[in-house]
Amino acid sequence: MGATKTMTHDEKVQALDQVIQRHAANGRKALMQVLQEAQGIYGYLPLDVQRAVAFGLGVSVAEVYGVISFYSFFSLTPKGEYEISICMGTACYVKGSQAILEKVESEIGIKAGECTKDGRFSINACRCIGACGLAPVITINEDVYGRLTADEIPSILAKYKEA
Amino acid sequence: MDLYRAHVLVCCGTGCTSSQSPRIIQNFEEQLADNNISNEVKVVKTGCFGLCAEGPIVVVYPEGVMYFRVSPEDVAEIVSEHLVKGRFVTRLMTVSHETQVDHAKNVEESDFFKKQLRVALKNCGVINPEIIEEYIAHDGYAALGKILTEKIAPLDVVDTIKKSGLRGRGGGGFPTGMKWEFAAKQVNDQKYVCCNADEGDPGAFMDRSILEGDPHAVVEAMAIAAYAIGANQGYVYVRAEYPIAVQRLQLAIDQAREYGLIGKNIFDSGFDFEVEIRLGAGAFVCGEETALMRSIEGKRGNPTPRPPFPAVKGLFGKPTILNNVETYANIPSIIRNGAEWFSTMGTEKSKGTKVFALGGKVNNVGLVEIPMGTTVREIVFDIGGGIPGGKEFKAVQTGGPSGGCIPASLLDVPIDYDNLIAAGSMMGSGGMIVMDEDTCMVDIAKFFLEFTVEESCGKCAPCRIGTTRMLELLEKITSGKGSMEDIDNLERIAVSIKEGSLCALGQTAPNPVLSTLKHFREEYIEHVTEKKCRCGVCKELTTFYIIPDLCKKCGLCAKRCPVNCISGVLGKEPYVIDASKCIKCGACEQACKFKAIIRK
Repeated sequence: MGATKTMTHDEKVQALDQVIQRHAANGRKALMQVLQEAQGIYGYLPLDVQRAVAFGLGVSVAEVYGVISFYSFFSLTPKGEYEISICMGTACYVKGSQAILEKVESEIGIKAGECTKDGRFSINACRCIGACGLAPVITINEDVYGRLTADEIPSILAKYKEA
Repeated sequence: MDLYRAHVLVCCGTGCTSSQSPRIIQNFEEQLADNNISNEVKVVKTGCFGLCAEGPIVVVYPEGVMYFRVSPEDVAEIVSEHLVKGRFVTRLMTVSHETQVDHAKNVEESDFFKKQLRVALKNCGVINPEIIEEYIAHDGYAALGKILTEKIAPLDVVDTIKKSGLRGRGGGGFPTGMKWEFAAKQVNDQKYVCCNADEGDPGAFMDRSILEGDPHAVVEAMAIAAYAIGANQGYVYVRAEYPIAVQRLQLAIDQAREYGLIGKNIFDSGFDFEVEIRLGAGAFVCGEETALMRSIEGKRGNPTPRPPFPAVKGLFGKPTILNNVETYANIPSIIRNGAEWFSTMGTEKSKGTKVFALGGKVNNVGLVEIPMGTTVREIVFDIGGGIPGGKEFKAVQTGGPSGGCIPASLLDVPIDYDNLIAAGSMMGSGGMIVMDEDTCMVDIAKFFLEFTVEESCGKCAPCRIGTTRMLELLEKITSGKGSMEDIDNLERIAVSIKEGSLCALGQTAPNPVLSTLKHFREEYIEHVTEKKCRCGVCKELTTFYIIPDLCKKCGLCAKRCPVNCISGVLGKEPYVIDASKCIKCGACEQACKFKAIIRK
């Protein structure tokens, strides 16, 4: 994700083009891989990117959109500079992740699935990340915070708000 | 080869990595160098030890001393005391909860490990998963070598797996050997072997731990499977949410190729095998075999009707076998030690061991591998160390969104595929979430239905519409607007979904509701008739109340209340909550140091 911020629009277009070229021979078989790499470049998958991928792999835009909307990993909207993911797996849920989610939502002022207007934060109620030993867990970009209580949320978020 | 007097094993599974284990390794290397003992002590980065709740974990051999919740700052003391002076750092040797485990003893003798039997997890936490020589030193690739150099016929390999009694560890429990036999008997120029590492069960993390701790076992097993059925191409379908697992698996594949253990003409036998990773993109239904194959083909992961079964017509229309990570992890040991060895473990119809991801309200959260036939009680109370905070056990949930809850009355049921189904749950992939008296069973049923509604692919109506209707009824009940008729309807729709759905996701989606209705019906009835949630979980049915006698009039609760609904006079009058304004956020309850605030 780090690369997306430093790349200019033209560089992104070029990088996407290279990804498509590399996989073009495999056609639709490579669709998932190309979309994963494209999201790595852009952070999300806007219509222009969908068109480019569809054209490059020889599938319809409708089909590309169908695949994107099917898988939760693919996003049609931009994510925040800091993406806060609250694990809603069973182990975290029984240990109170609902309260954690509500606290994060009220602290940031948006709901899960939304992004703040300034593009700083987005909240994601995510599927089990498999760190059940640390339940309840949240991740902020690459940072992991475990064994949390709702009380600890404001001080954790403060670090990113000031950053 | 260099010889070392001591080995320091540092867990680098996902949990411990998040708790700074890479920095711990770095500190060990620096401290060992500072003390001039780098050539005497070797630091090994390993996969998961299993006791995730107490991570990051460091084990020092030859003594086998296990250190818990080690911080990077503790490293200097472990080096100077233990590794230089030979004195154990006892303050890091006890776990945080009041435990029965005497950790001063050798690791293998502690209660957490004593009742376990490690086959699939044999190398996890023992070897460095990123170094192929360590896997080879633990008999790695010996099974593949044996088959190819002794020229064992493919159908004899199938036969060994059949005789071992191994059943699919992904959930369904279909006999693995039979699956292989169907595919082996197909005549086709192209066949495929696939590995299902799309571990979608919330609360299950054993497949990830195997991939992170012992990735070569999966590569070797897939090569064996390919040889047995006559395939030469494999795909591992892994969740993109598991970056460490993906990275280590890719490394393992590259190393195996470099050593000629996969690729062309393996062991000069004329057998070729290649394997590639495909990343999943977050769709629970892709754990279903036909959906997974559509996803590898680059399509929406919609399941297709069976027959034709994948063994006949699978990936790209060719005969394909699909096994789960844990199933594969058992294969090399079965080939090396023989079918009989494997079938001595377990119960009559479920052979071998099973790995469970033990989580939720239990002291020793982590990964455990037990012989089939172990009871739930042994797992929760002996290995798991019981329930924290002196709370009462209520149920364990197995099988994730496809499974159900096992109540206290069934604690002594020996675990195997058939017993769990008889108890109204299922083995599933091995998530085992412990619930205590504070867990509302209606809310848990709702939690799983929310998950299935979200993850239903939408292809068939019973699952798409039925699960949504069930969720609506559960929302009605948990918000205090339900009636007895709603409970009846819930059961009626559940049965229709089970009978009418196309794939296993739909057929099993009602299980969390049906099993909680079976074992905890009284909680549903309470929600409906008394408008009461005995656990104080369902907000609409809960009132927060300050016990006047316990209130110390400190006013902390009123300060924390986000809607200013608590009033009182500091130091003079006990505080009172205005229930009509209260949003039931629980902030006051957390703030009160005197436990004066309760849920009614």
